[in-house]
Amino acid sequence: MLTITLTSVAVMGCLGLFLGLVIGFFAKLFKVASDSRVDLVTELLPGANCGGCGKAGCSDFAKSVVSGENPPGKCPVSSAEQVNAIARALGIDAGSGFKKRAVVRCGGDVHQVARKINYNGVLDCASASLIAGGPKGCRYGCVGMGSCAAVCPFGAIEIVNNLAIVHPEICVGCGKCVAACPRGVIELAPIDSTVHVYCNSPEKGPEKRKNCKVSCLGCRKCEKTAPEKFKVEGFLAHVRYDAEVLPTAEDVEAVKCPTGALLTASRHKEIETNDPEFSVK
Amino acid sequence: MDETSKNIPENDIKLPTGEKLVVSSSPHLSSPERTSKIMGRVLLALAFPAAAGIWYFGLRAAWVILLTTVFCVAAEAVWCKLAGKPVKATILDGSAAVTGVILALNLPPHVPFYVPLIGAVLAIWVGKQIFGGLGYNPFNPAVVARVGLLIALPAIMTTWPAPRGMNNSYPSFKEFKTSVDAVTCATPLSIAGTLPKITGRDFYAEKNFKKIDSPELIKKYFIGCKGGSIGETCIPAIIFGAILLVCFNLINWRVPICYVGTVAIVTGVVNYFCPGVTPSPLFHLVTGGLMFAAVFMATDMVTCPITGTGCVIFAVGCGVITSVIRIWGNYPEGVSFSILFMNALVPLIDKASALRPFGHAPKKSGEAAK
Amino acid sequence: MTFKNGIHPVYHGKELSESAEIKTAPLLARYTVPLAQNAGKPPEVAVNPGDHVKKYQLIAKASGFVSANLHSPVSGTVKGVIEVPGPMGVPAKAVEIIPDGLGEEMEPLPAMNWQTAEPKALLDRIAECGLVGMGGASFPTHVKLSPPPDKKIDTLILNGAECEPFLTADHRLMLEDPESVLIGAAVMGRILGIRDRVFIGVEMNKIDAIHRLNEKAEEYDVKIIPLKVQYPQGSEKQLINAITGREVPAGGLPMDARCVVQNTGTAAAVTDAVLRGRPLVERVVTVTGSVVKNPGNWKLLIGTPVIEAVKLAGGVTEEPGKLILGGPMMGFAQKSFDVPVSKNTSGILLLPQDQAVNYRSGNCIRCGRCVQGCPMHLMPCAIAAAVESYRFDLAQKHHVMDCLECGACAYVCPAKRPLVQHNRRAKAEIRRLMPKK
Repeated sequence: MLTITLTSVAVMGCLGLFLGLVIGFFAKLFKVASDSRVDLVTELLPGANCGGCGKAGCSDFAKSVVSGENPPGKCPVSSAEQVNAIARALGIDAGSGFKKRAVVRCGGDVHQVARKINYNGVLDCASASLIAGGPKGCRYGCVGMGSCAAVCPFGAIEIVNNLAIVHPEICVGCGKCVAACPRGVIELAPIDSTVHVYCNSPEKGPEKRKNCKVSCLGCRKCEKTAPEKFKVEGFLAHVRYDAEVLPTAEDVEAVKCPTGALLTASRHKEIETNDPEFSVK
Repeated sequence: MDETSKNIPENDIKLPTGEKLVVSSSPHLSSPERTSKIMGRVLLALAFPAAAGIWYFGLRAAWVILLTTVFCVAAEAVWCKLAGKPVKATILDGSAAVTGVILALNLPPHVPFYVPLIGAVLAIWVGKQIFGGLGYNPFNPAVVARVGLLIALPAIMTTWPAPRGMNNSYPSFKEFKTSVDAVTCATPLSIAGTLPKITGRDFYAEKNFKKIDSPELIKKYFIGCKGGSIGETCIPAIIFGAILLVCFNLINWRVPICYVGTVAIVTGVVNYFCPGVTPSPLFHLVTGGLMFAAVFMATDMVTCPITGTGCVIFAVGCGVITSVIRIWGNYPEGVSFSILFMNALVPLIDKASALRPFGHAPKKSGEAAK
Repeated sequence: MTFKNGIHPVYHGKELSESAEIKTAPLLARYTVPLAQNAGKPPEVAVNPGDHVKKYQLIAKASGFVSANLHSPVSGTVKGVIEVPGPMGVPAKAVEIIPDGLGEEMEPLPAMNWQTAEPKALLDRIAECGLVGMGGASFPTHVKLSPPPDKKIDTLILNGAECEPFLTADHRLMLEDPESVLIGAAVMGRILGIRDRVFIGVEMNKIDAIHRLNEKAEEYDVKIIPLKVQYPQGSEKQLINAITGREVPAGGLPMDARCVVQNTGTAAAVTDAVLRGRPLVERVVTVTGSVVKNPGNWKLLIGTPVIEAVKLAGGVTEEPGKLILGGPMMGFAQKSFDVPVSKNTSGILLLPQDQAVNYRSGNCIRCGRCVQGCPMHLMPCAIAAAVESYRFDLAQKHHVMDCLECGACAYVCPAKRPLVQHNRRAKAEIRRLMPKK
């Protein structure tokens, strides 16, 4: 009995050792020469493989950082410490101003639209907007079926009252939601911006109002109050995200937007979660 | 054409407000067919082999059928609850019940309760739900469970009680008791498997299978006086179920006909040249689970090819593998393995037998249609 | 005589209105004539707010070859160009005209002797009268009747199949005024230079129309072909295949199979234009549905708001769950009753609330009924599976661009999957990503 056990252990052990040596030999023989710095940077990156940098995954991005094509700050997911660590490790400049967060520029939840249309069909935003102009009246606003939420790899988008809301603290700005939205309602805004115009429709003011109570009328009040921070194109206002000083809550107070399309992000979220019947009166 | 429409008094006309209007994509009508109706009709067709099985094997068989069905539905409910899927909607589509009945009709009549339990878990969890639920499974769940049970519990799954009418005894229902009293017997196929194979066409070869393969015995096998699982013994009941299924457009008629036909041809050819290697083709048709599988298991919509040509290829493949396993394989019964094997090939078969779309040149012409 | 595959809808609803004679509608208080009533570019407005127009007067001029003229359906004052709900769910521009009740009409254009007139002159008359295909696609008729010189046309087929459930407008037209249809067919045959291959395909559920047409068909050198009742028999590719046995090549048009297909309503409008010199301002519309009090067929002026048409039919017995312009298989669901009737509106269908919600999006059980039903021999289940995983390349490999959107697949699906919507999504995505060269 003992001899059998010992023989088995010995045979298996020798076989394992032999095979291990063979594998190790061939691993060294056929080793692909790679820059060790690429592996180092890949280690330091968050490893989400979200594609937000525009590259095919984290190790692909690491290659581009080492080759100098991209600064480490281009990775939207990395925190400031991670970016600095990579910059230190490679002895290069971290780069700045790349961080963005997604914002859904629409305030038309199911209570704000004039009439919710009973929609029966595929629960996907692009498919739904093919049918009768979409389940809400506005052709340019958020459809609310949740295609953006489904595609977000970080779970940063929540659908509240048939309206998509981005949680900026979770969002990393990878841009997948921007591509998924069939109406282009989602925009990547700089991380420091807290004020947005929550409307996407270029239609004339009175037409827009027929559909949605919180649409931007294009009255130009914001542009007149602070022309360096807001601009109006046609009948739709925009925040100048490239302004020297981004608008703040005080600017929103000063403008007194007549419909409530101009809001801070936190007030917008508060309205959608707690005060669905909101309207400016 | 110049008649003007009658003037109805204004206040009598009720005009629509448009509040309840629903928008959807065309078409705005749909046929009365539903998945649950389809499953219901399949259950109706299954009722015939089930009734025959209960007649031959007693109330114990009814108990096995009931247990398996209940366990299958319960397994699906448990999985849906755990996975966060809607429980009621999933159960009410009837597919778990159909799997339960088909699995039950594949089991020996007097199995202990844990066999249906393990079978149900295997069929629903491993055979269907891990792939995503109804419509996503590549393998027939009942076949998966049967093969799993066969490999895990071979002794129980190959013990066949004798049915009523065998050995000319016809006990009444009351007298036909439980597994303790049942007399076991060997199925004709298992006997055929134990006999030696004699090649050549001499006298001994011809006599090899005569004990189990004679015209009177074939008649007995046909009506169900043989050992076997609950649903596979009585062929007329299965044929009746098959007619129902074809009339309701629930199965593709090519599958059972080509499957059975291929087995008949292959075994017929082998039997003609070497009658000592395998019994006659008629023997193969009426014994074992071939008829039941050809009608109810190989034809399962989810795991069958979509096109007619694909179904023919699928059925012929099943037939060839079944014949090969039965004639030369170690297992007496080759049906389950052949179905599983061909199920795995179904995506390829679908691709190969894709229809030529209207307006495209046939592939043979060599010019690629844009 | 028929094509392969196809479906047979269980309830065809035609009995609601097939014995109702066509009635004319009384004058309304307001007409909103949509500008874009044709495939191609919409015409340019040729009147100003405040202008007084007579019936049949030109109010919008065709802008280019693939465009059609638009004429006023009534005499009255032009109030302006407004936005009304459009049939596709997006607002559409329309000319609002308030009738004055005077009934002033423009002088009719000179009647032409179609048997001796030059084909080019006949074609010009058709273009001047703003004729478009009245079967639903609203392709300008003069464009369809002028194929490029390298496409030799040897067959003209008139589509009298009316395969959609509930619709009976073409049926009543063929029954009550068969000569208009036959003359129109002969005129179009003359324009195309076809002598003895002019066919009218009619489904066998309209046997009375077949008999009426057959009475005079020989005079005009037209043959009436009875067709098997099958959906979608009226689709032009299937019609060509059933009558001539030819297949229109994928991505091609009927002229690639040497055929031209026109609707019987269009043929009647051609007769009006050529013989009576009248432009197209009205058409026969079936107003029907189980919730409509008196379903029937009416000759409606273009620009009639649908709510007025429903009023003509006696209103509703209960609040409808769906308003469909066209037939139930390919028509568009509307969100408002203010949408106006266009040149291609063949039917106004109101469905009850319990029939309004059709789609449950169950799991595909691979039963194959969609494959058996698809007239283009596609695999709708495979396309829908590809679209659900956003694999539009796979959908294109399954030839989704050949899909007619006829609805046969979604009709038979036991899991009630919205297959046509998936196909539409795939086509929109493929067109977006792979623009025509």
